[in-house]
Amino acid sequence: MLKTFRIGGIHPPENKLSAGKAIQTLALPKQVIIPLSQHIGAPATAVVKKGDEVKVGSLIGQASGFVSANIHSSVSGKVNKIDNVLDASGYRRPAVFIDVEGDEWEEAIDRQEGFVKAFDLTSKEIVQKITDAGIVGLGGATFPTQVKLTPPPGNTAEILIINAAECEPYLTADHSLMMEKGNEIMTGISLLMKAVHVKKAVIGIENNKKDAIAHLQHLQSNYHGIEVMPLKVQYPQGGEKQLIDAVMRRQVKSGALPISVGAVVQNVGTAFAVYEAVVKNKPLFERIVTVTGKEVLNPGNFKVRIGTSIQTLIDAAGGLPENTGKVIGGGPMMGKALANTEVPVTKGSSGVLLITEKEAKRKPVMSCIRCTKCVNVCPMGLNPTLLMTTTEFTNWDLAEKNHIADCIECGSCSYTCPSNRPLLDQIRLGKGKVMGIMRARKS
Amino acid sequence: MIVIAIISLGLIGAIGAVFLYAASKKFEVYEDPRIGQVQEALPGANCGACGFPGCAGFATACVNAATMDGLFCPVGGADVMSQVSTILGKEVEMAEPMVAVVRCNGSCAVRPRQNQYDGTRSCAIASALYGGETGCSFGCHGFGDCVTVCDFDAIHINPETMLPEVDEEKCTSCGACVKACPKSIIELRKKGPKSRRIFVSCVNKDKGAPARKACGSACIGCGKCVKECAFEAITLENNLAYIDYTKCRLCRKCVAVCPTGAIHELNFPPRKEKAPEAEGTPVVEKTI
Repeated sequence: MLKTFRIGGIHPPENKLSAGKAIQTLALPKQVIIPLSQHIGAPATAVVKKGDEVKVGSLIGQASGFVSANIHSSVSGKVNKIDNVLDASGYRRPAVFIDVEGDEWEEAIDRQEGFVKAFDLTSKEIVQKITDAGIVGLGGATFPTQVKLTPPPGNTAEILIINAAECEPYLTADHSLMMEKGNEIMTGISLLMKAVHVKKAVIGIENNKKDAIAHLQHLQSNYHGIEVMPLKVQYPQGGEKQLIDAVMRRQVKSGALPISVGAVVQNVGTAFAVYEAVVKNKPLFERIVTVTGKEVLNPGNFKVRIGTSIQTLIDAAGGLPENTGKVIGGGPMMGKALANTEVPVTKGSSGVLLITEKEAKRKPVMSCIRCTKCVNVCPMGLNPTLLMTTTEFTNWDLAEKNHIADCIECGSCSYTCPSNRPLLDQIRLGKGKVMGIMRARKS
Repeated sequence: MIVIAIISLGLIGAIGAVFLYAASKKFEVYEDPRIGQVQEALPGANCGACGFPGCAGFATACVNAATMDGLFCPVGGADVMSQVSTILGKEVEMAEPMVAVVRCNGSCAVRPRQNQYDGTRSCAIASALYGGETGCSFGCHGFGDCVTVCDFDAIHINPETMLPEVDEEKCTSCGACVKACPKSIIELRKKGPKSRRIFVSCVNKDKGAPARKACGSACIGCGKCVKECAFEAITLENNLAYIDYTKCRLCRKCVAVCPTGAIHELNFPPRKEKAPEAEGTPVVEKTI
């Protein structure tokens, strides 16, 4: 019997169209636009100015606080300008524009293809290298990794959980990475284990990636303390709290951090980035992005430099199909529709999903029939229909009492609602309001 | 039989009456009768614009307060507050009458739509997701959150422009729409003499070129109005002009120089054809 989390969950059609496809490296674009805020927390401060020459891996944005991350150039060339650019959500945010000239890398980066296993670094040195490389959680939440590796005083980690669930339908970026870079990932995990002083790591993989499970299980004997754990396919298994429940059978209390139950959770992509940063001195300036969709000619997994436009990616996968209804950044469950395709790929871009007009259409909203399907699927054990109503009636006290702030915005409730009610839309709004009230009360 | 029934019921009634009388005396709560009087004078909309929970809350606060500083019913305005001051015998500071002003004039004609939103028709939800259907991420969504919250039926979406319009007669300046607007477009401004007002009808903080590209009547931050203003009422910050209504003397010179027509004048009589040098300057006449 495969493990999974114990409360709620759904199983949408998997549609992993690009599974098993090799990672293709995308040609260098002519210009990249690198946003200075690609992570949760304070935006980085630009340290280059117009006309500066940069190399691949040069620091262009300095982290401006504890919860922030460095930003590096993904190409070599000249800084064209630092200006506001439309981001994926249609707001203008500061970004560095770089015109590409050649492909000259910073000397410190080891460009050898070969895999290096040996490392002799202390925990502090590893965390420092991760901080310098500007690594953030690559699952999509983009939380700066060094913050997670520095537990608040009084907490000790017992176990490192590697999130390789990739529970979002369509996405296969992590899957392809595990197939091609297994040894590197395992080394990255060993480094992370050393960084948080734990003896045990578990890689949680959903059972729809049998080849990746077999591949990593084959490798695990070479690495001490790493266990591969196949999990039952269930959305949202990739949620931090859900994965902890699935792997450890422990529940994180409302409002608490995973470290309170002794867990540190990192994405499998992050583990690979950690390997590259620590062993190869390579900052985070490229990532794997899945481009997919039912009508896409050539769905696949692409290794792209940060700052490349989404349009370039779509073109690489065979262009925008005629009947595309929406272009979604991320997966179909938690991803957001993009306002235009000229936005750059950022550290958090895990996929680009082109869905057809028919699929994209929202169905008419009908009345709640009290079927409690949303209550049954909520992985946090909340009452979505009540939370939606409290938001509509702006009853923030009641919303807070019913733990609206615990919502992980997975969208299972909206997905399952037979009346097509926009549950998550309203709950997300209410969650924002309530969290604002809670913050104001604290300060 | 009837006599017994009358006597027994009468007795029960009498005992009950004595008990209730005693209880009402023992547990009596004294309420200042003026609270009721003040509440009578108030509009009774319970809109919360005064900052208190409903009219009863405001009336209690008025009666209990030593001075009337900071206590004002924007809905009732000067009339109601003078009544309250007569009842309580306290001096009331009269606030200027205010009115809600919508600072976006990006109508469908000047602000082309670039994408289509098919989610929940709510400005708050839409703006939490993304910048909006047009290239201007500061402008009005047009889903009418302000209309929904208005207790006085004073704000409506114009189906032609898809922008909200304020009915000055009905607007009580309670500020509900100001709070509801996720884009902070609506502002309470001084109503002005004969309801004459001048304001920058734009909140776009982008630089000139992208602002102009996104919307034909956006403030592009050129600063012409700042130079033109003799009273230093206009400030330019983040590529956006703002007219301080406490300093503005309603001379309307800024309206004439604005190249995009982002500065609006309201309720002024039509301009007369004046000296020849004024010829050729576009006369902007817009009413909301």
